[in-house]
Amino acid sequence: MWRDAALVAGKDLRIEWRSRVGLNQVVPFAVVILVLFGLALGPSRRVLAPATAGLFWVAVLLSAVLAVQRSFAVEAADGAGDGLRLSGLDAGGIFVGKAAAVTAQLLVLEVVLGVVAALLYAAHLSGFVMLAASCVLATAGLAAVGTLYGALSAGSRVRETLLPLLFFPLVAPVLIAATKAWQAGLQGRPGSGLGWLSVLAVFAAAYLAIGTVAFGPLLEDG
Amino acid sequence: MSSTTANAVAAPVPAAPGGAGRAGHQPRGAWRGRLVAATGGAALLGIAATVWLGLWVTPPDVYMGNLVRLLYIHPPIAWVMYLAFGLAMLSSLGYLWPRTRDLRFDRLAGAAAEVGVVFTGLTLVTGSLWGRPTWGTYWTWDPLLTTTALLFVLYLGYLALRRVPGEPEARARRAAIGAVVAFVDVPICYFSVYWWRSLHQLPSVTAGKSYIHGSMAWTMLLGFVSFTLAFVWLVVRRYRLAGLAQAEEADGLALALAERRAEGEADAVGRPPGPAPLVEHGVGLR
Repeated sequence: MWRDAALVAGKDLRIEWRSRVGLNQVVPFAVVILVLFGLALGPSRRVLAPATAGLFWVAVLLSAVLAVQRSFAVEAADGAGDGLRLSGLDAGGIFVGKAAAVTAQLLVLEVVLGVVAALLYAAHLSGFVMLAASCVLATAGLAAVGTLYGALSAGSRVRETLLPLLFFPLVAPVLIAATKAWQAGLQGRPGSGLGWLSVLAVFAAAYLAIGTVAFGPLLEDG
Repeated sequence: MSSTTANAVAAPVPAAPGGAGRAGHQPRGAWRGRLVAATGGAALLGIAATVWLGLWVTPPDVYMGNLVRLLYIHPPIAWVMYLAFGLAMLSSLGYLWPRTRDLRFDRLAGAAAEVGVVFTGLTLVTGSLWGRPTWGTYWTWDPLLTTTALLFVLYLGYLALRRVPGEPEARARRAAIGAVVAFVDVPICYFSVYWWRSLHQLPSVTAGKSYIHGSMAWTMLLGFVSFTLAFVWLVVRRYRLAGLAQAEEADGLALALAERRAEGEADAVGRPPGPAPLVEHGVGLR
């Protein structure tokens, strides 16, 4: 299963590296969102700096939907999904691989976005371990839910509108916990964010487990 | 798989059109129809009695005054909401479990979730009507309120997922997985909102003990019973409707296939490669 996961993740990341859709479109999109938040809330540092963590994670959530849609658009073209289904790879492995590829792309996006947010909102990026740990755990959860729901809505004609409707309410706990963990890190008291890290870990573990089990039947439907 | 479909589609057909009307033909179906009608009637009478007792007979509360009358409908509606989502979850698991896989479980899950969403909306509305005079605001970011609002949008998404067209089995499987995925989120959500707000206030519903007057307790109990009966009646009716819709869909497909085949045979003299693309089109239209 792990070998299959590595194969699928490698394939998705190679496609992304060659097409650079994420780098050229999703990352700029996320930066635009940060700028829009700045415009909406006004230039005051007293408003923007405390809101940095929340705005950053909302931008990540919006970009995650795009990354997931891209991950399944790749399979929809040229019957690639059928090829994947017939390849004999383990379904749980395919799920883990696709989720890992989305996680990797989102982590790159978060690094860029974190720097931009720090510049735009005049926030001090302190407590790096806490920031990085919450990024990894939250992104794993987002990617797991996204991949699961991406597969659920993949075949349908309404997938562009269905995925956000399914995805955003479900990841509300991730938004809360990741924002709290980031606030703890940014305010220089990372110890108070540990409880939130455990929420993120439980969320990621629960949905990675459900996805690994449920992906087989979903893949059969196409 | 095809045999289960045939069973699932065929089973409700004899009972369904009967209802109370065609009592003579189907003794078993008619008996069931009468039971359902009795449940609906009892629910209606019970709710009417709750309204009468709640508005005219019971006394106003010492602290809340007339606002306490919302006690007779708000908690029962919220209880029905939990009941509905619990039933949707159990029947989705029933569908996913290979030994009990049956499209009837899928229809039951859909019916329960639909009724659940309606009652979640009612819970939110009655709750904020109560919150405005007692807390001074229609909305507060209390864990129960926030989780209920998220539950509402989560299951709206689930209903949208159910409406995505597809083969009945594939659709049922997607919906069942979607229900499980949504249900697992509820406790995580509740606890994260609870910790998020823990510095500010306790959950409004469980905080503090209250004493309740005799007639008020009875009215509240009657509210619970009659809203539960209303829930049962709505779910049964919705479940039957879904069964009829599925049967009609299957009949319509068979009819369309037969028509196309007849057309194809008529055309076969003129154009040899006739029916195949037409049949495909017929399937796609569903």
